Amino acid sequence: MKQKLHALYRTLKEKGLTPEQDRKIRYELDLLELDRDHRYAPAPVVRNIYQYNDLEMLHDASPPKLLALTTVQSLDYLLEKDKQREEDGFPRKIRVGKMVKPSQNGDDKVVIVPTTVEEKLVHDKVRLNEEGEGDGDDQGAGEGGAGEGEEGEVIGEQPVRPEQGGQGGAGKGEGGEHDVESNAYDLGRILTEQFELPNLKDKGKKKSLTKYTYDLTDKNRGFGQILDKKSTLRKIIQTNIALGRIRARDKIDSRGLLISPRDRIYRILSREKDYESQAVVFFVRDYSGSMGGKPTELVVNQHVLIYSWLIYQYKNQVETRFILHDTEAKEVKNFQTYYNSTVAGGTQVASAYSLVNKIVEEESLERDNNIYVFHGTDGDDWDTKGDKALPELEKMLHYASRVGITIAENGYGISGQTEVERYIRKSGLLEERKDVLRMDVISEDTNETRLIKGIRELIS
Amino acid sequence: MELLSQHAKKIMEGCKERARDAGLRFQDDSLEYIVTNRDFLQLSPKNMIPTLYDYWVQDVEVLKDQGQYELYPNNPYETVINTRPPISFYNDNNPDWLNVMIFYHVIGHIDFFQNNLYFRHTWDYDFAGKALADKRLFAKLRSEKGRWVDYVIEFSRAIDNLVGYFDLLSSFAIEKKKLSKIDYYFDVFIQQKENHTIAGYVAEIDKYNKSMREFPQNGEALFLESVKSKYAEFESLYNKAVNENGQGKRHDLLQFLMEHSEFLNRDENKWMLMVIEVVRSTSLYFQPQIRTKILNEGWASYWHENLFLNDDRISGHEVDFAVINAKVTSMPRVGMNPYALGMRLFYYLESQANAGKISYDYQRIADNYRRKNFNSETGGGRDFIFSVRENFCDSMFINAFLDQDFVDLHQLFVVDKRLNKERMTWEYYVKSKKAKHYKKMIADSLYHPPALTINVDDDNTLVLNHVFEGKPLYRDYIEGTLLGLEFLWGTKVSLYTHEAELIKKEPGQVKDGQREEERKIKWKRFRYTMKDRKMTRVVIN
Repeated sequence: MKQKLHALYRTLKEKGLTPEQDRKIRYELDLLELDRDHRYAPAPVVRNIYQYNDLEMLHDASPPKLLALTTVQSLDYLLEKDKQREEDGFPRKIRVGKMVKPSQNGDDKVVIVPTTVEEKLVHDKVRLNEEGEGDGDDQGAGEGGAGEGEEGEVIGEQPVRPEQGGQGGAGKGEGGEHDVESNAYDLGRILTEQFELPNLKDKGKKKSLTKYTYDLTDKNRGFGQILDKKSTLRKIIQTNIALGRIRARDKIDSRGLLISPRDRIYRILSREKDYESQAVVFFVRDYSGSMGGKPTELVVNQHVLIYSWLIYQYKNQVETRFILHDTEAKEVKNFQTYYNSTVAGGTQVASAYSLVNKIVEEESLERDNNIYVFHGTDGDDWDTKGDKALPELEKMLHYASRVGITIAENGYGISGQTEVERYIRKSGLLEERKDVLRMDVISEDTNETRLIKGIRELIS
Repeated sequence: MELLSQHAKKIMEGCKERARDAGLRFQDDSLEYIVTNRDFLQLSPKNMIPTLYDYWVQDVEVLKDQGQYELYPNNPYETVINTRPPISFYNDNNPDWLNVMIFYHVIGHIDFFQNNLYFRHTWDYDFAGKALADKRLFAKLRSEKGRWVDYVIEFSRAIDNLVGYFDLLSSFAIEKKKLSKIDYYFDVFIQQKENHTIAGYVAEIDKYNKSMREFPQNGEALFLESVKSKYAEFESLYNKAVNENGQGKRHDLLQFLMEHSEFLNRDENKWMLMVIEVVRSTSLYFQPQIRTKILNEGWASYWHENLFLNDDRISGHEVDFAVINAKVTSMPRVGMNPYALGMRLFYYLESQANAGKISYDYQRIADNYRRKNFNSETGGGRDFIFSVRENFCDSMFINAFLDQDFVDLHQLFVVDKRLNKERMTWEYYVKSKKAKHYKKMIADSLYHPPALTINVDDDNTLVLNHVFEGKPLYRDYIEGTLLGLEFLWGTKVSLYTHEAELIKKEPGQVKDGQREEERKIKWKRFRYTMKDRKMTRVVIN
């Protein structure tokens, strides 16, 4: 792996790289060099004094699992109230975050998290450095501790780039606080209704047989559930004409008409085929070294939201495929792996696009499905001009209903200057295939609201 | 929610007797309820007070806890509330011995609530009853005014941490005494004169003493006569000072708004005053609890341990007890457990006082050996900790008693983290083992709302000045708070505050061995103005 990447780096370098590109690639290679086998002393869990309380400390037994009391109705009520706030001229206060609760069997739950804060004037720490590194000379700054250890001794450590996911990590809502159990379908509904995400205008013509329904549509002579009076009458008249009891231009005496048993026409319960639109969504994520931390979180967050929205739009008729890529692409089987995986490698967007194309082709997905592709990346690509990626992208645009690219800038490069963004803009595809291709560029400090806005951008 | 069974209640009455014998003082009656976890979840956003007024944010809190429960189960919240009679809650699946342990803890809290002077203002009425009346008031107002009630609650709550809690407390402490002319003359008047000198002040005192010596009967009056003849304005200034002093009660922001906001005092808005007053009094009620967390939990833990172990009725459960008690009262490797810290301080103070070490004699000793072996066998440790539980709050407690001996005894230290660039990890390391630093670390983490001064400009702008204490305000919340204030005040609101800015040192100045990124900060003053629900932020120099 390492040798391969270094070889790739050398060929790229021979072709010529700008110092900026060189630096980025080297950064990813350096990450690879880090000793991944090193065991960390566990990082301490820090709680301040106000987080301790009687019930947790004293009541021994771990309580039985609670069912969520509140239904989505009360969430709706909260959101309704929030909408009213806006109309009254105050900014909205409820943010809808979500958590993904991972489970072992891959049956992940999405938990909707309405969050709010009570804003007060409170003291803050002097925050000069975003990473929260210690305050230099101030010996009194830090946390309390107890036990063995001399001054200067290290008692725990934590990787700077945390492992992805873990305890609900990636999808954690803001503050990770208020939440109510719900599912992706409800989240999709909330996104559509409360945040006024558009409905799909055209779900596409590709329909497939999804289920049978039973309806009183078939007609049957002689017996059945409901008498179809109009058809029956018509039949009676036919019979009587044949029998010569009704003549043209004569007055009809309905009392004289004969009714044969087979003239009675009934409607009868019958099996009907029901066609619905269905979709396949490809979620494609760059999981190279440079994606560590915030970019991954943002991309995965946005993908959860998009997924929910599509589930709602397609009434659960959505199949999802998850693809991860660095210099090579692979398909993973569930969402948990999708957001938990991390690797330190290089980046080649083309590999992912060609894998998507290959899957679509091999499984002939385009015949029966509306295909969506959402790609999240930090915008780095060793294939700096998109020589390989662009042809694959164009190919994809032929069959896809929508391709949405999210670039979550990782803060190493200059904003608006990432490779992927540049070559896609340069290709002119954004204008040419505006109906299908969309791109959204977000910075590291993006919040939930911005993400939802971005989704609107990607899907409208 | 249901009352505790008679069987358990009987056991608890026995606990009360034992606690009284040990010296705790609290009222006779108390209410104990058995609650389910679900009840706990719904009570927690109301600070366990079932009758507290309803407010939608509490719904969000409830929502939160249910979901959180699902994800990462834990069992938060306090277990006894400070009302008359005190109400405590017990999980429905607790065994008897555990309820006894919890009840001893609860008794510790009740004793603390009812004797610590920081709770003085909560002694005279039953909060649960008052809260119920408030809750009904809000329900009635809601039926008339709809969602606007919730807006007023929200905006008042935005500043309910700035209530004048200490002003309220001081009204209990200070005897109302009229300012005498002599006091005014020496304490205020001559000290405010432009050309006052210490020599001049001393000369005046001499003059006064002389007058008192020569005319024991009416020396003071004669002295004042001479003052009046010298300063014609003295009398009127004195009267002014007395008047001011009379209503010299300082106003907190909510009171100020209630009194001076034209908007709130319009006839159609008068109902808002009731809402604000409820929010204010509720906040005042909760103030002491957050300011005595370490003391209160420490005190309760001290007593549940002592009383439980001496309770003959439950012998046989010592091991079960030890498991829970260890969980409650152990010091975490990193972090601060108020139960553990408070309890250890109480034990420490008791033993110090028993040995007579809380004395000037002891403090004078510098010799480590002699300090260690000092014991004047004065006893009275219990009495001493009882006086601490009566008179102290967290900040005083930490400041007065946390010394190097204590820090060494329990191996306490300050932990910080730093970046290890080679390994790309955050390292948590022992930063300092000095009591001074440990104390500062705790002090910084204690609850400390900002102080504001209130003024009104000529154009009727409400001007707030954040008193600078070396800490900035949390910026993200300023907008929401000022928005609410503008609503309550009715027109423009400004806030002055300081914010820190980083000055990077020149690279040349960095010495070897020092960290590269030595930082210096510079404080800049900012003005936030909220007008027509739009906020602006300007630097002031």
